[in-house]
Amino acid sequence: MNAIELQGVTVVLGGRPVVDRIDASVAEGEWLALIGPNGAGKTTLLRAIARLVSFSGAIALGGRSIRDLPRVELARLIAVVPQEPSTPPWMTVAEYVLLGRTPHLGALAKEGKRDREAAAQALARLDLLEFRGRRLGTLSGGEKQRAVVARALAQEAKIVLLDEPTAALDIGHQQQAFDLLDALRAESGLTLVAAMHDLTLAAQYADRMVLLDAGRVAADGTPRDVLTEELIASHYGASIDIVPVGDRLAVIPRRERRLTEP
Amino acid sequence: MSIAAEQATDVRARGLTPIWTCAAVVFLLCSLAIGVLAGPIDLGVGAVLESAAAHLHIPGFTSSLTPTEEAILWQIRVPRVILAALVGAMLALAGATYQGVFRNPLADPYLLGVAAGAGLGATIAIAYLPEGLRGQRALPMAAFVGGAVAVLLTYAVGRSARRERDAATLVLAGVTVAAFFTAWQTFVQQQNAETLQQVYSWILGNIPSTGWSDVILILPYVAVAVVVILALRRVVDVLSLGDDEAASLGIDVRRVRLALVVAATLGTAAAVAVSGLIGFVGIIVPHAIRLVSGVGYRALLPLSVIIGAGFLVLADVVARTALSPAEIPLGVVTAFFGAPFFALVLRTTRGGGS
Repeated sequence: MNAIELQGVTVVLGGRPVVDRIDASVAEGEWLALIGPNGAGKTTLLRAIARLVSFSGAIALGGRSIRDLPRVELARLIAVVPQEPSTPPWMTVAEYVLLGRTPHLGALAKEGKRDREAAAQALARLDLLEFRGRRLGTLSGGEKQRAVVARALAQEAKIVLLDEPTAALDIGHQQQAFDLLDALRAESGLTLVAAMHDLTLAAQYADRMVLLDAGRVAADGTPRDVLTEELIASHYGASIDIVPVGDRLAVIPRRERRLTEP
Repeated sequence: MSIAAEQATDVRARGLTPIWTCAAVVFLLCSLAIGVLAGPIDLGVGAVLESAAAHLHIPGFTSSLTPTEEAILWQIRVPRVILAALVGAMLALAGATYQGVFRNPLADPYLLGVAAGAGLGATIAIAYLPEGLRGQRALPMAAFVGGAVAVLLTYAVGRSARRERDAATLVLAGVTVAAFFTAWQTFVQQQNAETLQQVYSWILGNIPSTGWSDVILILPYVAVAVVVILALRRVVDVLSLGDDEAASLGIDVRRVRLALVVAATLGTAAAVAVSGLIGFVGIIVPHAIRLVSGVGYRALLPLSVIIGAGFLVLADVVARTALSPAEIPLGVVTAFFGAPFFALVLRTTRGGGS
């Protein structure tokens, strides 16, 4: 059964369909990269899957429509790493990551031993254990980003939606974060859907790519199917070279001298 | 993984630590003691303790106070101190709650039009009710009803804006309703200029010396508000991530926010009904706690209850003793001492890592 099933999903914002009749499915354990130019509807589609924006059409998780799921249950199935997470400066890293346990707690309950272990494990995996007592306000952008991913891991959801999760990370921490997500996927069958701008990075990790443009699916397939010079040129308006490196792909922009009037 | 399991005991949220709790409780107890002992008639510490023991039916104690002194202690001072403590606890807690729910550090207990509504209710009671009815019962009830109506109206306006997930909409609706009610109140006041003095003294805020009746009037509202808000205190930390992230963590944001706001607002309306408008408590107390201890809402909310109670008891002592036998309006005292104190706390803890 598919982890995520989208049928005719449409999101209208300000009278304009930002996401327009999208059909797609994501298999369990799959890594799907959502790519597309700015304003293509990547973020909105992720928000629809997490039921953070109202949509028409159908979205099902493991065969169950998300409309029928109570919020808490939805949060146990899906963790979200937003593009611009709010990180209250007074909160400690431990407190922040523990908030990821919220869907496993009653509204009136406190975290127990099991919750603290899950949080500690998530912190350890992102090399943040020593930071547990630090305030978020004292962390660098990259450290904060790792705390956000740790919070999503502590949530222990089977599906993780990531919106540009590594935009603030240097190349080393990008690799660390993605390798970790990849390892978790192999270990525990995590399903990942990530909106990504870095096409080379996306090509290294994703099994599948969906190229969105103006709210519609422009291409859907393996990185080799989607990352072609023609598709990228027509949808991003970019001229690039796709360079195979062994069995991997690299996307390299071409430098074009755009002459200005003298 | 075993490392993580070992470290798990360290991975916890800063709740109410024993040190902060003890400090807060000691502060409250000292405030209550000062509140009971301070006044134009010196009752003496020993005699007050004896009388308290006698009232608690501890064998072997009899009160050495005269009947008049007994009445001053038990019918005037103690109820007034308890009333001040309840109002202070409620205003501080409501302030901290609004700041968390609306993610706005400047949110205060009067945010959603409570003050304007209660002001209108009180003004109407003072202007139109016959002299005899105006007193102890009618004024607080009218103020409470006015405050509650204003908040319901704020909700209706906020909801009609159809952006119910946006906290800012509710605040704007509150501003709108407050402006309308204030205009109405000013109109009534102008039409009944002879009651101006009375309206004015209510608006400036005061803890009345009306015995136990006001305590009994507001106790249920304050108790319910405190229980509801403290039960949800961990959720307030989640709400500080914003509506979307709280929702993606499984919180029904609308429902939780409604419960918190209704509890804080009803409690505030009750407090305002007996004490008038006492500013600053809901901003100064939570911020002082935050600046000194740096804690999140789960500890801030209970600490606000305790410190807020002590703070207002002390402020009331100043209000009734500084120019004794005259009383300074309590709202003036809280603003007069609150603002510089706040500036001091801000200065001494600046750069303290928060």
